[in-house]
Amino acid sequence: MPIRRDDRDRYVEVELRRGEEPLWLRCGACGELVFRRRLRENNYICPRCGAYFFLTAEERIAALVDEGTFQDLTLPLESKDPLSFSDRKPYADRLREAKETTGLKDAIVVGKGKISDHWVILAVMDFRFIGGSMGTVVGEQLAFAMERAAEERIPFVFVVASGGARVQEGVLSLLQMVKTVAARELLAEAGVPYIAVLTYPSTGGVMASIASLADVTLAEQGALIGFAGPRVIQQTTGEKLPPGFQRARYALEHGLVDGVVPREGLKEELVRVLDVLEGIPSGG
Amino acid sequence: MVDERTMRALEEKVAELRRLVEEDGVDLRDELTLLEQRLQALRREYYAGLSDWDRVRLARRPDRPRGLTLVQAVCEDFYELRGDRIGGDDPALRGGLARLGGKAVTVLFHHRGTSPEEQRACRSGMALPTGYRKAVRIMEIAARLKLPLITFIDTPGAYPGVEAEAANIAGAIAKSIATMLSLPVPTVAVILGEGGSGGAVALAAADRVLMLENATYTVISPEGAAAILWKDAAAAPQAAQALALSAPRLLELGVIDEVIPEPLGGAHVDPEGTAQAVRDAVLRHLSELEGLPLDERRKLRYNRYRNAGNRGAGAPTG
Ligand SMILES: [Zn+2]
Repeated sequence: MPIRRDDRDRYVEVELRRGEEPLWLRCGACGELVFRRRLRENNYICPRCGAYFFLTAEERIAALVDEGTFQDLTLPLESKDPLSFSDRKPYADRLREAKETTGLKDAIVVGKGKISDHWVILAVMDFRFIGGSMGTVVGEQLAFAMERAAEERIPFVFVVASGGARVQEGVLSLLQMVKTVAARELLAEAGVPYIAVLTYPSTGGVMASIASLADVTLAEQGALIGFAGPRVIQQTTGEKLPPGFQRARYALEHGLVDGVVPREGLKEELVRVLDVLEGIPSGG
Repeated sequence: MVDERTMRALEEKVAELRRLVEEDGVDLRDELTLLEQRLQALRREYYAGLSDWDRVRLARRPDRPRGLTLVQAVCEDFYELRGDRIGGDDPALRGGLARLGGKAVTVLFHHRGTSPEEQRACRSGMALPTGYRKAVRIMEIAARLKLPLITFIDTPGAYPGVEAEAANIAGAIAKSIATMLSLPVPTVAVILGEGGSGGAVALAAADRVLMLENATYTVISPEGAAAILWKDAAAAPQAAQALALSAPRLLELGVIDEVIPEPLGGAHVDPEGTAQAVRDAVLRHLSELEGLPLDERRKLRYNRYRNAGNRGAGAPTG
């Protein structure tokens, strides 16, 4: 079945999966039940309506990295709940649930792998883990990833899926913006290329720091890209949001990204960039 | 626990008595002294027990010294620079050249405006991309002319609007952080009122970060956190507590270097005294920083932010 595209830029959030993987997944946009393997073969794009399913970090890595080349370098770190934060639910409980649901320690996976024979250091966020929010663990993993890329002198690829800073870690989350920007400077000094891939969503603190400072910035088709969320904007200003506001094409039109790429073409596009940059950094 | 109304009532009584004594020469000096002592004791008790939500309200008081007025009181001279040289000039984020302690410096500050018209024009201190691009322009001047940079932070956050998004507010903030981090000159940030999320951190990547006693510095407004996490706007006071946004808590957490004391009752009680305290603290930190060799200063700054929040992340326990 050919993939149908429309202007609605539909992304659908996949139900949080626990334990056993179900054989069938329901498309949140059109309601179609899709055989899981069929969906994977189709880049997690609904074969019926073309909606993009949210990808886990693992699925994203599988889609981008050459088979059998990925080495997980994620540091063994977890949040220590530095503020002993509790709202209606203790942060510690939210963390435990997120860990159970995702099998991850926090909202990011860092590793080394090949993208069509180009070695890269990859950092991939996982939206399922408290909205892909950046707290002290994500900040540290990102800084580490960039240091590693600078050290190994291979490009850094950052796939963003984040709603912003981790509220439950307060100002310490805010400081991760500064931390990641500081680490980015190491890449620059080493002359190592940094490519950002913005997916749905790329907003808030991550976007107002490290995700906005890449050498080459690609947006997955339909990605939400911005600082303030659409709801906050409407509530604060009462402004009417233009059609397509903060979506990938809007970002391209307003000069925020270098290209908008459909999901199934993302790897190919990354390869084109990496091919052009072959030999950079030089003298390594 | 002293309640605010009792204290305000006594404040009014003291003010009235003072008027009688000073203007009409009524001989009530003993009563006045006594009442003033009681008020002072009451104030001390009240302000010692301030909740974080009380501080949020103090930080937002319209009569709090801030913006242009405060910068003019802190610096001996201030020459404003206008415009981002790209396409605009944001009245909510201002800055320029100044004299401080007899030396030339650069300053940047949020401005919320005093009159209602000015407040509208300044969007109550919520800056636009053009504001942060002007900030970067002034930071570049600091780097070229080797002038220290002092930033005065007081914003609910960057402006969340369609136009700001279209002009890449996220990128403008990121560039401001990056530029400030890379400056070869001493940098001091002072949080005067509200230090609201990205809009604040854009000017806070400094060698030293100071905070007025009742200022706040937070990843999200207590109201925002209440709406998102508590699903209840009335939970803002609890959210304020949970977010650890007060100067004393942030000093404990190692986020800031010093709490600048405010006069009893808050900065608005004595704007001149507040400005003097800010000035003294900034000059002290600047002179410490100027005593360090450039390489060491930059290394300290890098390590400060490279290790920021490390206490929040640790090895898994099981
Ligand atoms: Zn569908």
